[in-house]
Amino acid sequence: MGRYVVRRLLQMVPVFVGATLLIFLMVNVMGDPVAGLCGERSCDPATAAQLKREFGLDKPLWQQYLTYMGNVFTGDFGTAFNGQPVTELMATAFPVTIRLTIVAILFEIVVGIALGVVTGLRRGRPVDTSVLVVTLVVIAVPTFVTGLLLQLLLGVEWGWIKPSVSPAATFDELIVPGLVLASVSLAYVTRLTRTSIAENKRADYVRTAVAKGLPRHRVITRHLLRNSLIPVVTFIGADIGALMGGAIVTERIFNIHGVGYQLYQGILRQNTQTVVGFVTVLVLVFLVANLLVDLLYAVLDPRIRYA
Amino acid sequence: MRAAGYARRIAGAVVLALAATACGGGAGSAGGAGVLTSSWGDPQNPLEPANTNEVQGGKVLDMIFRGLKRYDPRTGQAKNMLAESIETTDSTNFTVTVKDGWTFSNGEKVTARSFVDAWNYGAGLRNNQKNAYFFGYIEGYDKVHPDSGRQSAQTLSGLRVTGPRTFTVRLNQKFSGFPDTLGYVAFAPLPRTFFTDHAAWVSKPVGNGPYRVRSYTKGSAMALEKWDAYPGPDRARNEGVSLLVYTDNNTAYTDVLAGNLDLVDDVPATQLKNVDTDLDGRYINTPAGILQTLAFPFYDRRWNTDGARKVRTGLSMAIDRAQITRTLFRGTRTPATDWTSPVLGAEGGYRSGLCGHACDYDPAGARRLIEEGGGIPGGQLKITYNADSGSHKQWVDAVCHSIDNALGDDRACVGNPIGTFADFRNQISRHKMPGPFRAGWQMDYPLIQNFLQPLYYTGASSNDGTWSNKQFDRFVDRANAETGTARSVALFQQAEEVVRDNMAAIPLWYQNGSAGYSARLSHVALNPFSVPVYNEIKVG
Repeated sequence: MGRYVVRRLLQMVPVFVGATLLIFLMVNVMGDPVAGLCGERSCDPATAAQLKREFGLDKPLWQQYLTYMGNVFTGDFGTAFNGQPVTELMATAFPVTIRLTIVAILFEIVVGIALGVVTGLRRGRPVDTSVLVVTLVVIAVPTFVTGLLLQLLLGVEWGWIKPSVSPAATFDELIVPGLVLASVSLAYVTRLTRTSIAENKRADYVRTAVAKGLPRHRVITRHLLRNSLIPVVTFIGADIGALMGGAIVTERIFNIHGVGYQLYQGILRQNTQTVVGFVTVLVLVFLVANLLVDLLYAVLDPRIRYA
Repeated sequence: MRAAGYARRIAGAVVLALAATACGGGAGSAGGAGVLTSSWGDPQNPLEPANTNEVQGGKVLDMIFRGLKRYDPRTGQAKNMLAESIETTDSTNFTVTVKDGWTFSNGEKVTARSFVDAWNYGAGLRNNQKNAYFFGYIEGYDKVHPDSGRQSAQTLSGLRVTGPRTFTVRLNQKFSGFPDTLGYVAFAPLPRTFFTDHAAWVSKPVGNGPYRVRSYTKGSAMALEKWDAYPGPDRARNEGVSLLVYTDNNTAYTDVLAGNLDLVDDVPATQLKNVDTDLDGRYINTPAGILQTLAFPFYDRRWNTDGARKVRTGLSMAIDRAQITRTLFRGTRTPATDWTSPVLGAEGGYRSGLCGHACDYDPAGARRLIEEGGGIPGGQLKITYNADSGSHKQWVDAVCHSIDNALGDDRACVGNPIGTFADFRNQISRHKMPGPFRAGWQMDYPLIQNFLQPLYYTGASSNDGTWSNKQFDRFVDRANAETGTARSVALFQQAEEVVRDNMAAIPLWYQNGSAGYSARLSHVALNPFSVPVYNEIKVG
C-alpha cells in the first residue's frame, strides 16, 4: 500500500510538469498580453517595453517557463496585471469554490445515490420511470439554462433567495448554485447507482445475505450498496476536479467570485500568471483526487489489493 | 422500503435548507440607510489616477477625486473646480492658481505641489502609468518618458511651482484647449502618502472628492462613504455608495429586479426589450461621448488608392444605420452623421449632418461608387472584431447583411471574429488587419480635438490604420494654435471635412449610456462619460 502510494506520487511529477508546460504554451500562443492593457489604443512603446520587462515577457519562452516553475516551488505564483499577487487571488477564490464544490458533491452523494438506490431496487415501477425521465431532462438541458431559470424563479419571481451570491459566499448562499452545478452529475450518479444496484441485486452474495436472514437495510447498506458504489466513486472522484474547474458558467450566473471567475477574467485579459497559476493548482487537485479514488477502491472492495 | 424512507427524509432536509436561505432574500437592498449599492467591474489596473483608462476604475476616481477642472455632468463643459484661474497669453505658457481651502480627506492641504508631483509621477516612464501620454504636451516629456531607454530626468521641465498655490506650465507646442483637458482624471492632485506609502495608498486610495474609501476588497467590493468635511460645491446627497463587482451584467440586472441591488449601469442588450415594463420607467438612456466606427488598414496599399476612397464612401452608404440602431440596439445608439459626438454640443464642435449624403443609406449609389472605385479590394470585405464582449458579433453581422443586400451579393461581406480583446488589439498594433476593423472611441475629455487628433493625425497614438493626410494635419495644427475657442472649433471642423472627403473611417453610430435603478433611488443621471453621477443620487 505504502509503496503503491509512493509510486503514484512519483508518476504525478511528469504529469504535472507536462500539464503546466502545455498550459504555459497555450496561454502564450494567444499573443502579446500587454496589447490589451491600454484600452482601445496601443500602449506607447516605451511603457509597453517597460511592462514586458517587469513581467519577464521579453525573455525567450523556455526561460520564462523555467523562471516561473522555479518561483512556483518557492510559493511565488507571480503578480496579476492589477498588481495583486496571484497567491492572494487564490486565497480569496479557492475557499469559495471549495465551498461550492462541497455543496455540489454533497448533493451528488446524498440525493444522487439515494435516488439511485430507490430506483435500482424498484426497477420498472413508476418511481423508477419518472426519475429516469427527470434525469434525462436534466442531462439534456444545459447548465446555464437550469441556472438562469432557477435564478429567475427562486430569486425574482418567488423571492426565496437572492439572485446573486455576496462576496462572503457562505454555505447557505451556495445551496442553489451548488444544486445547479451538481445537477448534471447528479443525474449521472443516479443512473450509475441504479444500474449497479439493479445488477448486483441478483448476485449470489446478496441472495446468501438474504438467506442468512439479515435485516433488509443491512443487506442493502453493507452488502449491496458497498459493492455497487465502485463505479460511482470513480465518477464522483473525477468530478471533484471537473466541478472546481468547470464552475465558470455557474459562477458567472450567480456572480460567485471563485476560481471560475478568476480564470475567466485571466483568460479575457490574457493574464498568463493568473491562468497558469490557477490551472496548475487545479491539475494538482485532479491528481490527488484520482489517487484518493484509487485508494478508496481497496476500502470498498477487499478483493482489490495494492502492492 | 427503508431506503426510500431515507431518500424522503433527505429530500425533506434539502427543502428545509432551501427555505432557510429564503430569509433576507428579496427584502430590500444590501446597503444601509442612505447608502446605495451599485454594480461595478474589477478595475484592470491599480487605482492610480494616471493609470486608469477604463470606465470601472474611472467610476471610483470620479467619486474620490476632484481636479482643476470638472466636466459638467449635464453639458460636459469644463468648469473650474480647484482652479481659481488658468491664464495664458500665448497658448503655450499657462499660470495656474489653485483655490484656497481644499484638503484631501486625510486633512492634508491641496497645494500647487500636490498637482506638480502627481503630474511628474504620471509622466515618468519608471512608474508604468498607462495615461502617461496625456502629459506629452508638457515641455520635457521626451526626457521623462523617452521612446526607448531610461528616463533621463525625474521631473517635467515645463512644470514649476511658483508659490504655495500657484504653478506654471510650459507646453512644447501651442495648444489652446489645454486647460479644458485638465478635468481628465490623470491630472488629479495626489497627497504625500501616495509617494511615501504607495502600497497602503493603492489598497485604500485617499483623494479630495466628495466620497472617501471606507473599505476596499480587491476583486469584489468597495465601500465609499460621504466625506462630511468635503469643501466643494458638489457634496454627496446620499450617505455613501457600495460598489459590488459583477462578472456578468445580466446578474446585476436580475439583482435590480429582485431588489437586491440599487443601480446597474450599462443594461445588457438582451434585456432592453423588457426594460420599460421590468423597471416601470426607472431606466435612463442618455447620449455618451462614444462613437463607433469602422477603421481601415491604410498600410495595405489596396486600401490606400484613390479608387479605394470611393469604395469606402460606397460602403458607408451601403450600411442601413437607422434600421440597425432601431432593431438591434433598440434606440440605445443613434445613427452617426459626423465624426464627433452630440455630447459636445454645437458650440463644442458637433455638427449634425456634416457627413452629408455619404452617411445616408443609398444602395444604388453605394453600388455605383464601389464599382467606380474598382470593387472591394480582395473581392470580399472582412470586418474584424473581438467576440468576447459587447454585442459586436450581432452588429457586425447586421452591417455585413446590409452591405450584402445593397450590393446584391450575399458573399460580399463577412465578419472576422477574434477571440479576445487583447489578441484583437495585438493584431491591430502589428498591422495585420485584412480589411476594415471595429474601432470604438470613448472620449477622454469633451473636446472636438479629442475625437480627431488622436485618431487621424499622422502617427497619433490611436491612429491604428496609419491614415495620413497633410491637409488634415495642417488644419489640426492651426486649430490648436488658435486662441479663440470658436475659431479653433471651426478649424477642427474643417479638418473633419477632410476626414469625410477621404472617408478615413466610416462613422456608424453614437452610443448612449444606460442605467436601471431601484424604486428607492431618485435623481439618477449619467454624465457624458456614461458614468452615474453618484453624488447627486438621493436614497429613499
